[in-house]
Amino acid sequence: MAEPQPVLEMTGISKQFPGVRALSGVDFRLLPGEIHALLGENGAGKSTLVKVLTGVYELDEGRISLNGAPVRFSSPLQSQQSGISTVYQEVNLCPNLTVAENILLGREPTRRGAIRWRELRRRAAELAARIGLELDVSAPLGAYPLAIQQLVAIVRAVGIDAKVLILDEPTSSLDRDEVERLFGVMRRLKAEGVAILFVSHFLDQIYEVCDRMTILRNGQLVGEYPVTELDQVALVQKMIGRELGELEALTGHIRPAVGDPLVETRGLGRKGAIEPFDLSIHRGEVVGLAGLLGSGRTESARLLFGADGADSGEVRIEERKVSLDSPVAAIAHGIAFCSENRKTEGLVPDLTVRENIILALQAARGWTRPIPAAQRDELVAKYITALDVRPANPEAKVGTLSGGNQQKVLLARWLITQPKLLILDEPTRGIDVGAKAEIQKLVVSLSEEGMSLLFISAELEEVLRLSHTIGVLRDRRLVAQIANGPDVTADRILETIASGAGT
Amino acid sequence: MSALLRDKRLPVLVTAILFIAMFAGGASRYQNQNFLSVQVIANLFIDNGYLLVAAIGATFVILTGGIDLSVGSIVGFTTMLTAWLVQQQHWPVLVVIPLVLAVGCLGGYLMGYVIHYFEIQPFIVTLAGLFLFRGLCLVISKESISIDDRTISKLALYQVQLPGGTFLSLGAVTSLVFLAAAAFVLHYTTFGRRVYAIGGNEQSALLMGVPVARTKVAVYTISGFCSALAGLLFTLYIQSGDPLHAVGLELDAIAAVVIGGTLLTGGAGYVVGTMLGVLVIGLIKTIISYEGTLSSWWIKVLTGALLLAFILLQRVIGSRGRAAPLPAR
Repeated sequence: MAEPQPVLEMTGISKQFPGVRALSGVDFRLLPGEIHALLGENGAGKSTLVKVLTGVYELDEGRISLNGAPVRFSSPLQSQQSGISTVYQEVNLCPNLTVAENILLGREPTRRGAIRWRELRRRAAELAARIGLELDVSAPLGAYPLAIQQLVAIVRAVGIDAKVLILDEPTSSLDRDEVERLFGVMRRLKAEGVAILFVSHFLDQIYEVCDRMTILRNGQLVGEYPVTELDQVALVQKMIGRELGELEALTGHIRPAVGDPLVETRGLGRKGAIEPFDLSIHRGEVVGLAGLLGSGRTESARLLFGADGADSGEVRIEERKVSLDSPVAAIAHGIAFCSENRKTEGLVPDLTVRENIILALQAARGWTRPIPAAQRDELVAKYITALDVRPANPEAKVGTLSGGNQQKVLLARWLITQPKLLILDEPTRGIDVGAKAEIQKLVVSLSEEGMSLLFISAELEEVLRLSHTIGVLRDRRLVAQIANGPDVTADRILETIASGAGT
Repeated sequence: MSALLRDKRLPVLVTAILFIAMFAGGASRYQNQNFLSVQVIANLFIDNGYLLVAAIGATFVILTGGIDLSVGSIVGFTTMLTAWLVQQQHWPVLVVIPLVLAVGCLGGYLMGYVIHYFEIQPFIVTLAGLFLFRGLCLVISKESISIDDRTISKLALYQVQLPGGTFLSLGAVTSLVFLAAAAFVLHYTTFGRRVYAIGGNEQSALLMGVPVARTKVAVYTISGFCSALAGLLFTLYIQSGDPLHAVGLELDAIAAVVIGGTLLTGGAGYVVGTMLGVLVIGLIKTIISYEGTLSSWWIKVLTGALLLAFILLQRVIGSRGRAAPLPAR
């Protein structure tokens, strides 16, 4: 079957940010009348590619051609004028303006410099009706629910006689029915010959609506595949970048026995972050959370720590219902949280090791009851030794420490408060192998001492090695809870991530 | 009810009702002092025309979500520059007027440029403008300069007769014409809609292809122009230049804008509301002066109370306005 001439062709695209190579030599093409998925984990370069294409970023190397002619965009306006329309994950419209204005902003019909309001409303209603959306276009956009706003964004995008329509995670805020409606619109546009680039991390949606897919990993092209030729397991492997066979099988190691339930959640959830989940963590248990980036791992941890408010469900600690509406409340109940972004959410780089370590304990005591200096120095010295923080100088600025040592300082800060539940979000990311092993050993020994841990990591091997129970997340849902044992392998977890089937 | 609460015109309506109620109250209280006359309203425009023009400029800025603190200083500087050029340098008035307007535009343009391209808070940049222009007043002269130029006096005393024996000053007429022009620009031109779009969500506006940079700089330029025009009207009204003229006028202008129902966060509001806000503040002054025994500080106290009330009203409307699910089809 001869392929038609691509509408859009990107070759050898590279984009460098300070310290990061976001894209290197990526090729991408889009055929007319197809829905093409762009896939990859967060940070794989999907958004960068989209932003290069829409003129938000200028590219460093490579060529873009549209209908065979080379183009170069330096602003969103330019790319729009060339027939590339984009709908972003967040609705990028103005909620204070009317629906009609949002659809036609920048293309208002005017007569002698004055906007013709009636004509504007008529045209907007017409465009909306074209994709089957009937609504009062004179109402402010903000009066409509998010899903309708997203559809209005699509009306706007399509209204600019788009040849290429980019949908950058448009479904993340939509519910099932709304997604169906969006897919209906996409299929209709596809039939009209519009080329659609669809970015989503909901794999089921990709298989439902897309024709082909391009996979990125670490800013590089993995490949382009027809959807029918790559099943979900193979897709996940390509996204993560490891063949199943390469994944180290778990060698059974003895795990300590598990005590009574410490923390239980029932239907705990937050709209748009994580669907309601039931999870129980026992004393001395390590619960690992596995799933792709963006599957809701961090979101569930944040709910448990009160960093985000839950909008459904309840949490019980030691069989008593508690309200975790703020980190302070969570700390008071003995929950500690080591954030994934240790730079932005955890450590204060300009303060010393000592000050950083003492921060949470001081917060737990309240600012009116300072910790006596002698006791403070003793505690700090103890944890610096216990965790082998290098340099072992409590007066060193945390910002000057290596990643692994920073992570240890963050751990020390929470350990000092003697939490009952310690949540570790990607504690070993970006640190060297030695520090990684030390942190893993620490997790095991803490659990043996009776502390409960919620362990989040992108590395399946690590989760498998440390956890008693593995919670598998997919598409912001806790799809399975697997008791770890000799028969549980990385393959099985990967399959669960890919298929979504609980076992 | 909820449809009414969501209507963006509600705050303006509330201000209008407040104005009418205050006026009716004044009319019944000062029956013997001829309060109930069209001239009382005409006088509101005569006495507050300069404030109206300044507040219109502030409306543009606030609609984009910004703020302009340099208004009073530019007004004061304009009075000084005009008085100095006309009185002491004997420049013709017809040359001075475009010149001072250009100076105002330039000041506004520079502040807008710095705000946008250096990504500095408008508060800080226009605060610098506030000090700069106030300082420049004193560079011209430390003393007040009164104007006895013939043209200026003629312009100041010129009366536009209206049916029924009422009259408006030239300043009042200018401010009303300017109001109409501003309303047209905001509601019937693409530029005006861009101002609203930026106030709604600047990032979105950029992604929707709005030339954000040009629009924002233009808005501060307009505010600078308005301040200079207000300065000219103030010069006509008071016939002097003084380094301490219009100190704190920007705050009156902002108060008028907010009482007129414009959201400080930007994106919603009307210049007609701003006019009503100016009238309400003007009416407070009028009533206090009719009362006779009350200190003029009561003007500030009442303005403060009203401002608070209107900010709370915005809050209430804002929070109700959000939740409005409307099923599709």
